Amino acid sequence: MLRDEDRIFTNLYGYQDFGLDAARARGDWDNTRALVEKGRDWIIEQVKESGLRGRGGAGFSTGMKWSFMPKAVTGKPVYLVVNADEGEPGTCKDRDILRHDPHKLIEGCLLAGVAIGASACYIYIRGEFYNEGSNVQRAIDEAYAAGLIGKNACGTGYDYDIYIHRGAGAYICGEETALIESIEGKKGQPRNKPPFPAQAGLYSCPTTVNNVESIAVVPTILRRGAGWFAGLGRPKNTGTKLFCISGHVNKPCNVEEEMGIPLKELIERHAGGVRGGWDNLLAVIPGGSSVPVLPKSICDTVLMDFDSLRDARSGLGTAAVIVMDKSTDIVKAIARLSQFYAHESCGQCTPCREGTGWLNRVMQRMVKGNARVEEIDMLHEVTKQIEGHTICALGDAAAWPVQGLIRHFRPEMERRILEYRNAAQRLAAE
Amino acid sequence: MPKLTIDGIEIEVEPGTSVLQACEQLGIEIPRFCYHERLSVPANCRMCLVEMERAPKPVASCAMPCADGMVIRTDTDLVHKARKGVMEFLLVNHPLDCPICDQGGECDLQDQAMAYGMDHGRYAENKRAVKDKYMGPLIKTIMTRCIHCTRCIRFINEIAGVPDIGAVNRGEHMEVTTFVEKAVASELSGNLVDVCPVGALTSKPYAYTSRPWELRKTETIDVMDAVGSNIRVDTRGPEVMRVLPRLNEDINEEWLSDKSRYHYDGLKRQRLDRPYVRKGGRLHPATWGEAFDAIATRLKGVAGTKIAAITGDTVDVESMLALKDLMTALGSPNLDCRQDGARFDASARSGYLFNTGIAGIEQADVIVLIGTNPRWEGSLVNARIRKRYLMGGLKVAVIGERRELTYPYAHIGTGPQDLQDLVDGKGDFAEVLKGAKRPMLVLGMGAFRRADGPAIQAAARALAETYGMVRDDWNGFNVLHTAAARVGALDIGFLPGEGGRDLAGILDGASKGEIEAVYLLAADEIDMARLGSAFVIYQGHHGDAGAARADVVLPGAAYTEKDGTYVNTEGRPQQARLATFPLGEAREDWKILRALSERLGHTLPYDSQAQLRRRMVDLNPIFGAIDAVTPATWLGFGAAGPLDPAPFATPIANFYMTDPISRASVTMARCTETFLGSAAQERTGTHG
Repeated sequence: MLRDEDRIFTNLYGYQDFGLDAARARGDWDNTRALVEKGRDWIIEQVKESGLRGRGGAGFSTGMKWSFMPKAVTGKPVYLVVNADEGEPGTCKDRDILRHDPHKLIEGCLLAGVAIGASACYIYIRGEFYNEGSNVQRAIDEAYAAGLIGKNACGTGYDYDIYIHRGAGAYICGEETALIESIEGKKGQPRNKPPFPAQAGLYSCPTTVNNVESIAVVPTILRRGAGWFAGLGRPKNTGTKLFCISGHVNKPCNVEEEMGIPLKELIERHAGGVRGGWDNLLAVIPGGSSVPVLPKSICDTVLMDFDSLRDARSGLGTAAVIVMDKSTDIVKAIARLSQFYAHESCGQCTPCREGTGWLNRVMQRMVKGNARVEEIDMLHEVTKQIEGHTICALGDAAAWPVQGLIRHFRPEMERRILEYRNAAQRLAAE
Repeated sequence: MPKLTIDGIEIEVEPGTSVLQACEQLGIEIPRFCYHERLSVPANCRMCLVEMERAPKPVASCAMPCADGMVIRTDTDLVHKARKGVMEFLLVNHPLDCPICDQGGECDLQDQAMAYGMDHGRYAENKRAVKDKYMGPLIKTIMTRCIHCTRCIRFINEIAGVPDIGAVNRGEHMEVTTFVEKAVASELSGNLVDVCPVGALTSKPYAYTSRPWELRKTETIDVMDAVGSNIRVDTRGPEVMRVLPRLNEDINEEWLSDKSRYHYDGLKRQRLDRPYVRKGGRLHPATWGEAFDAIATRLKGVAGTKIAAITGDTVDVESMLALKDLMTALGSPNLDCRQDGARFDASARSGYLFNTGIAGIEQADVIVLIGTNPRWEGSLVNARIRKRYLMGGLKVAVIGERRELTYPYAHIGTGPQDLQDLVDGKGDFAEVLKGAKRPMLVLGMGAFRRADGPAIQAAARALAETYGMVRDDWNGFNVLHTAAARVGALDIGFLPGEGGRDLAGILDGASKGEIEAVYLLAADEIDMARLGSAFVIYQGHHGDAGAARADVVLPGAAYTEKDGTYVNTEGRPQQARLATFPLGEAREDWKILRALSERLGHTLPYDSQAQLRRRMVDLNPIFGAIDAVTPATWLGFGAAGPLDPAPFATPIANFYMTDPISRASVTMARCTETFLGSAAQERTGTHG
């Protein structure tokens, strides 16, 4: 259980004002100048030591990512891009940072910018987050007016601009290279890697793309020390994390907790427990729609961090915990996700374009049981044909939920198929 | 130089080589759909996946640059499975209508499905159907067959420079389309059919006419412009079914202009297939003997100085030389090959050639276009300039009409005076030229089709010399011709002899009665009304303006029906080959002239084409080096004189119809209507 003094997002619920004065009262922008003046190497070293892993889903070490940026001045500008295109179904953590604690993000943008040597930062905000974007813009304006960013940011002699770019709501624009394309004014389609954004990103310049939460925790890590952050959670899975708990719980909520908290404790302590009690639990999707579903047997014991969930053949993803009780039609739930991915596939590369549609159609039949048992194996094979063969991770994200379903709920799928066939036979006999 | 291992074989490659290219160097076949060596690399088909050591998943070999120590495997279970999977995905929404698809037999998807596909389908759902798009009179679309490789989008945006095609919608609903049902307004649009790996974009005029295995392929040379594109003429029996480009890196790369590709139906219309003799004001069918008799009778006793000859734009060098020899034997110095009335000094070969070479454009850093619209006068020259522009750092200036050329340029004037100003170092662009390393200029026929042509030529020479365009290792003086026959004719000296008349002189003489007989060798572009009462012999293949005016018509062969030499604007002699036989009683042109010479009592001294070609080499050694460019020595040329202030005018009014063949083509008529006519851009997919 995270102690209150260890909380980073102290205004997560918006009980206080999001403006500069209130943020300062919460400790933001407190002698940022001193942090900036310690230099980029110190910042990167601290973030590396803290063990912070990217909060956007992939869980790559943030400090490591920053250290890939070119050290020498190449003559090209360097950009920081903040991915605020939060669109993963079930996830709503960045939204609360944007609307209730934007100054944490903006201070983080400055410090991350110093760490990678950026001259400008673009915050790519999902179009649907209209009010959230407006709050961030207001916070940016306040920061400019207070001399915290802009020319000679915080009196350090460092020039740093922050801009907001509003997206138009495509899920794929949350993929870092598609997001870059979208900022450049093109159709949001992921790029091939290599080159990685650190070599050629926004406008072909070195670019780092980070999630909102990854950036927003940086100032606190630097202030309180890498050791404090690394002391929370488990080795390699350190710090605190925002969890978004939704679905069949008594009190759906966003909550900041220590990494590695048991799933059961997270749900029971913060979300008021599963509707109808823990034994009424059917399954949980622990990290947003892209990760495989976990049945109750695993949920009983699993810890909420990157490595334990990976070992359980799922993933922490964005830490959006979607709880489903026994009233859930699990096949239909996963079929709905397949429909989502078919709808959001950008259509650029073959396996994803053709595969997501195929998955969706077969899954819709599976809901009714209008299929053959062998088709479950075919479905699994199709997901394997998509996974790992695409330009970006959307193909994987479409494949995993279906794989999770087949892995844990195959008997249910077979039962439906049998039932459907029997019903059809009865009908034919009559 | 990175060294890597592919399938256990070590290979060292140039930096920047992709894994796919390295595999090709080793002769390892990698299947692909979206990858095209002249286009950008989107890596979206995922067919070229290979296994790379230490990579967690298979990598797209087309987009993966080779790096030192890489270990690549192309023949593992993982790779085979990946290819099989991608192939299955490509086929799930592909209609599999191969039996009625024009691409059948030359379809990448068909071929690769044979090699990498499964033996059965597992897709039990309904297939996607996509509405067909309107792309103009040349391209037929069956968009359900599209596999979204985006080659067409990249071709039209990158090579053609006309951003008319794009993709709309997302995922499965992604559709390749033109914007608001607009015809693809590019002179290179036919190449879309070639780049499309499936049957989504096919040739509209060729639709449902034949199968590739029925066709006899003849490698030959195009004559629709002076670029000398290398083409392949596909024939079935006596009929030309289609024209395709052939690879030649120095000239057309692998592209072809729409006129060169689609004019061929003109070869089947309005043809002259037998001799005619005018009797009582009407042309009557005649035998060869009667036609020759009519000529011999009329020419009897006529002084050579009263006879003249003009050649057309698509005539081979052999025929022109035979005609020249015949005229010389008859004592006529009145010869001209410039039926468009261009005037320039042809005394120095470097004064009328595209000296830089088409491939040489890629080395230029500043280009001055004078009185030319290269997009219409030499579409592939323009494509090469655009290619150079895309490499970066190119500056282009235009003196002449303001046209959309697919690359940005500075419009620094419209007429000869602006050219003179540039020579004198006036204006901003003079500074650019001073700083240029490899500057070049291109003179179009628009600069020569005027009385002050030689003076403009001299001014251009001054420009070249002032700004160091001519050096030992670089010649930036270029003339862009529009007629395929022109340079060859100049090279054999089909020009007024001593005291002879040029085109204007011939026409004047004919209208005044001073010229009694005019021999038109497929020359149709002159003003026939000015021939007065002269006796006109027309030898050619189409019933166009010349035949209508003629007193005797001798049916010749079109370029696909004879072996002939053509010299392109660079001065590169190339040999066209017979693809079909001449129609009816028509004969190869040089043979007609040889036969006529005998009847006229001046038998030409060659009995075979080999002998005639030997005569060509004797006359000008460049004909001894077929397919090669013999560099021309830089000599003084042009004639200083007063410059006419009138602005340069474009020499081509209608790109799609410039000669008798394209004028007879229905396809070219449709293009004219669509792109230049009043109906332009009003059609939609629901029309027709």
